[in-house]
Amino acid sequence: MKYVKEAGIIFGMSAAGEILNQLLPFPVPAGVYGLFLLLICLMTGLVKLEMLETTGNWMLDAMPIMFVPACVGIMDSFGELKSVLVPFLVIAVVSMAMVMGVTGLVAQWIIRRNGGKRS
Amino acid sequence: MRDALAVSSYFGAVLSIGAYAAGMWLKKKTNLAVCNPLLIAAAIIVPVLLLTGISYDEYMKGAQCISYLLTPATVCLAIPLYKQLALLKRNKAAVFCGIASGVAANALTIFVLCILFRLEHVHYVTLLPKSITTAIGMGVSEEAGGIVTLTVVSIIITGVSGVIMCEKLFKLLRLEEPIARGLALGNGAHAIGTAKALELGEVEGAMSSLAIAVAGLMTVVVVPVIGNLI
Repeated sequence: MKYVKEAGIIFGMSAAGEILNQLLPFPVPAGVYGLFLLLICLMTGLVKLEMLETTGNWMLDAMPIMFVPACVGIMDSFGELKSVLVPFLVIAVVSMAMVMGVTGLVAQWIIRRNGGKRS
Repeated sequence: MRDALAVSSYFGAVLSIGAYAAGMWLKKKTNLAVCNPLLIAAAIIVPVLLLTGISYDEYMKGAQCISYLLTPATVCLAIPLYKQLALLKRNKAAVFCGIASGVAANALTIFVLCILFRLEHVHYVTLLPKSITTAIGMGVSEEAGGIVTLTVVSIIITGVSGVIMCEKLFKLLRLEEPIARGLALGNGAHAIGTAKALELGEVEGAMSSLAIAVAGLMTVVVVPVIGNLI
């Protein structure tokens, strides 16, 4: 029953997230609401890590495969994509690299600057 | 045979898992970043569907049980985040500034490239939310008058290319801090990047999860402001 209980808590948080997504006017997905709900529950001790960790880690481990159906879904939008394929590919890849680079470098710069001060 | 597969409620799921496993095997065998399991899986499944004449909807009947788990898996991102909470508090300036500058870089790059490619307003707002997670991105695109299906496509391309390129990029820019790497993956390649970040380590995974949420919310605010520039 251990895994059933764990899955129950995780699905419960997902359902609560879905309800918030329906009730509140913000474009926040159910999963992100659920993430913060679970985080609050963990921080307040309402839910203990041991109560969902095994199933939770299993889900995180399986997460990459959950994007497969969405990737395959591109085939259904290919008609629309064809006319803008090249600019879309270039813009997606270049801006992704820019975002990653800028985010990482700014964060690393601040971390090292602060670390330098302490030592 | 085609009909038997088309009505099967498990075919799509089995095909997805099998194709992903093949992708993992190929990745291990070649050790090439381009052999990303997600990309390989799609490259196997799409031809299979086209050859057998099984439609995407028929495939989804089985595959939806896999995407069904995406919401609970997102919820579970709270686990690494909770474990790294102390680290997060200690580095809140770096986390916040890193994410904010990434969101700004995204908007600026897309604005400049859209002008260079002479894209219209509708494509500009379609692309603006491409670095955030699908569920938020779809809403933002719709709100701004973009083409939602193309936003989803650009989000997927962004995520997959992010995972393929991240290790080269980290080396090139000498990004060594796990916090910085995690933020970069989550901010640049959203949930697909976060799945990769979790493989790199728990700190990376936690920071990446946080970046998805924070960058998503920042983008919700930013897009209506800059959406009319083109």
